Amino acid sequence: MSVQPSTEFHPRWYRAPVSTYWWMGSWRYSLFILRELTSVAVAWSVVVTLLLLRSLLKGPDAYAHFTHRMQAPWMLALNIIAFCFLLLHTITWFNLAPRAMPVRVGGKRVPEFLVAAPNYVLWVVASAAIAWFVLRKS
Amino acid sequence: MSKPSNEGFFWLLFSAGGVVAAVFIPVLLFLFGVAFPLGWLPQPSYEHLLTLARSPLARIFLFVVCSLPLFHWAHRFRFTLYDGLQVKHLNEAIFVLCYGGALVGTLLSGYLLLKI
Repeated sequence: MSVQPSTEFHPRWYRAPVSTYWWMGSWRYSLFILRELTSVAVAWSVVVTLLLLRSLLKGPDAYAHFTHRMQAPWMLALNIIAFCFLLLHTITWFNLAPRAMPVRVGGKRVPEFLVAAPNYVLWVVASAAIAWFVLRKS
Repeated sequence: MSKPSNEGFFWLLFSAGGVVAAVFIPVLLFLFGVAFPLGWLPQPSYEHLLTLARSPLARIFLFVVCSLPLFHWAHRFRFTLYDGLQVKHLNEAIFVLCYGGALVGTLLSGYLLLKI
């Protein structure tokens, strides 16, 4: 943004005041704010991971306490809502990639869903691998 | 631009954290926050998870999964507050709070993973 001159002889540019609730005006803006809020779910998931790691460090009793706490109804509700926001983050993030980096083959632009597809494949493979490591019987 | 800024560096952290969060975090919250508490999948034993978390690869993985997404959050949440609430006079406080929080979480994860 360029610097706007503001002196005695040059009045400030008029800027229409914007309401704090500007994002409630249309579905597009609301979706934008919802997408921006996914970062809170991301941070929350890290907090859950840190709580799990702390319980593992402290011992079996702390781990039992952690699993018990995760079963509390409010905690469960919070995690289900957070998980929905995580999915929104993943989907919007993957679908943004082809727009940030348009791929061209032979002078033609590759369709967006073909550019985004490898992201989804990577996501499924990574998720399955993590689940396998966590769930396998040693 | 009139003066050099660090926005590029913070944006890089945001971007890297966004990828890590998109690919690895949903499955972790699904397992430990939804599937195990609801009994959809058997809760892994303490010994199994401890052995898993102690392996070098898992330590590195968990450190990356904790640190980068926190910086993703710091960047995005900062702008959510700037744009959503339009509190210009608080911008510096918001900046310190967001990146300070991310830094504390990163150090905490490093400490936990070294001691585990």
